[in-house]
Amino acid sequence: MTLTHPSVSVPRRPFARLMRGLAAIGASEPQKRVQFDRPLTPWLFLAPQLAVVVIFFYWPSVEAVLSSFYIEDPFGFGATFVGMENYSDALTNARYQATAAFTAFFCVVVTALSLGIGLLLAVKADKVIRGAGPYKTVLISVYAIAPPVAGLIGMMIFDQHIGPITELFAFFGHDLRVGVNYWDTAIAVITISVWKQIPYNFIFFLSGLQTVPVSVREAALIDARSGWRRFRDIVLPLLAPTAFFLLIINITYAMFDTFAIFDVVVKDKPANNPMTLVYKVYLDGFKGNDIGGSSAQSVILMVVVAALTVVQFRFLERRVHYG
Amino acid sequence: MQQVKPLDHLVLILGALFMALPVIVALMSSTHAAIEIHSNGLYLTPGGDGVETYNKVLTARGGFTGDVTGLLMLGNSMIMGIGFAVGKIVLSMTAAYALVYFRFRFATLIFWAIFTTLLLPLEVRIMPSYQVMSTLGLLNSYTGLIVPLLASATGTFFFRQFFKSVPDELLEAARIDGAGPWKFFVDVLVPLSRTMMAAIFIIMFIYGWNQYLWPLIMTTDESFYTLMRGIKSILQVWVGSQIPDYNEAFALAVLAMIPPIIVVVVFQRMFIKGLTESDK
Repeated sequence: MTLTHPSVSVPRRPFARLMRGLAAIGASEPQKRVQFDRPLTPWLFLAPQLAVVVIFFYWPSVEAVLSSFYIEDPFGFGATFVGMENYSDALTNARYQATAAFTAFFCVVVTALSLGIGLLLAVKADKVIRGAGPYKTVLISVYAIAPPVAGLIGMMIFDQHIGPITELFAFFGHDLRVGVNYWDTAIAVITISVWKQIPYNFIFFLSGLQTVPVSVREAALIDARSGWRRFRDIVLPLLAPTAFFLLIINITYAMFDTFAIFDVVVKDKPANNPMTLVYKVYLDGFKGNDIGGSSAQSVILMVVVAALTVVQFRFLERRVHYG
Repeated sequence: MQQVKPLDHLVLILGALFMALPVIVALMSSTHAAIEIHSNGLYLTPGGDGVETYNKVLTARGGFTGDVTGLLMLGNSMIMGIGFAVGKIVLSMTAAYALVYFRFRFATLIFWAIFTTLLLPLEVRIMPSYQVMSTLGLLNSYTGLIVPLLASATGTFFFRQFFKSVPDELLEAARIDGAGPWKFFVDVLVPLSRTMMAAIFIIMFIYGWNQYLWPLIMTTDESFYTLMRGIKSILQVWVGSQIPDYNEAFALAVLAMIPPIIVVVVFQRMFIKGLTESDK
């Protein structure tokens, strides 16, 4: 049995599709047949949101772009225009490159592990219909835990004196030194970040699985005896849209939302510890007082995350069109 | 329909244990004395020092920072969570209403101006945001803690989708009955959106409660500290102390995670609906 889902097909002209997608989200899509026709009232309703957006989004964003072209005097006596120097300094800096490489590695590992484990648990929870409740509740409740709290608990579990995981590693002959040894810290931060993100993926995969119609499931059961084949040929293609959406969300999570985990585990002591680009922006800006350099790094990150979001919008359009 | 194998349950049990054990460890260890933890490691069974530890964390000044009590931080976290959720709902509902139900000039431009905010998370513009707050004199204030976080259009996007699914006939009928824009909004749309509002409230409450970076840079005055900010402080105090206050740190972690966990578990169904539908 072959079952193709429309939204898994590869678009032939991706760019045209993207533009159409963005346009569809814009005002060109079908509007309400009836609308109020008053010139002033809508502005009253929009005013609060617009005010907040202009003051707390556009102002700082523009400020970030502007200050990325200047080098600020450390004593506050004005700033010098330096053009692209902050950018070239950042991009050619060995430490920046190392951080970028680690961020990429970190994103890949965290995304792969938390998507994989989330999917595995969702498939199993979907299978055991009776008694899935308690598992679900346990998994979902971890969603509510804040990253710094996860970081704090994780730090204790990886602690050099009292941490059970440290003891486990010692049993296998490795002296785990989180916060001192680069890769040991990386292991801790990755584990905590994956742990924190599994519930999110679980929730989405499970609700994706539960929208698979009973008729499809039954047909699949007849056509494919092997559970693995059923999963690979039927369930996975049907989950592809959810998985793609989650992929973007997980990358964004690994890049930005893990800030608190790094801050708790690394504790402002970057010495020989791994960190993500966004943590470096924070350290350089607030601790290092390098406002221009920090801003240039911010702008680079802005470009990356904006690109990711545009990809996500394109996915959104697919959902709108094909359900 | 499908055969359930013991292996499926085994995988689920292992998964649930992996997720739950750290939480249980935090909860149990918080009821032991620091010295016990220091010499015996973490605990999976309750101890006898819980009341004392929580009492100290909640009420003693300087329990872990200079002058704040856990109770004060709990209150600030509550203000942060509820204030953010309410603000988000009010701002995004009104804006979405204007975008969906009105024909006006520059509507497309405004649409893009609002939805561009989805492109950039606060983290990438944290430094200039701080400078703007300091220019406006909003450091160390509840306004400064809450309002800037509202500058993201997630809620607006969600309510806009929802309003578009509301049948046109409702507005037609309301207009025949002579209802103006304000009356239609208050008497028809708001009651209709009740479930959506509740779902959004849950998600936004957790989001606001769990904020870390923003309170970290925005508050230097300890009376504005939230629990998340307190976690940062308790870890800073540790440097140099002989036996770290493991038990107090765990108690603080437990306090910080209990309210959002309760909200999620109690409103599980509504929470999942809100999450999976609003993030589309």
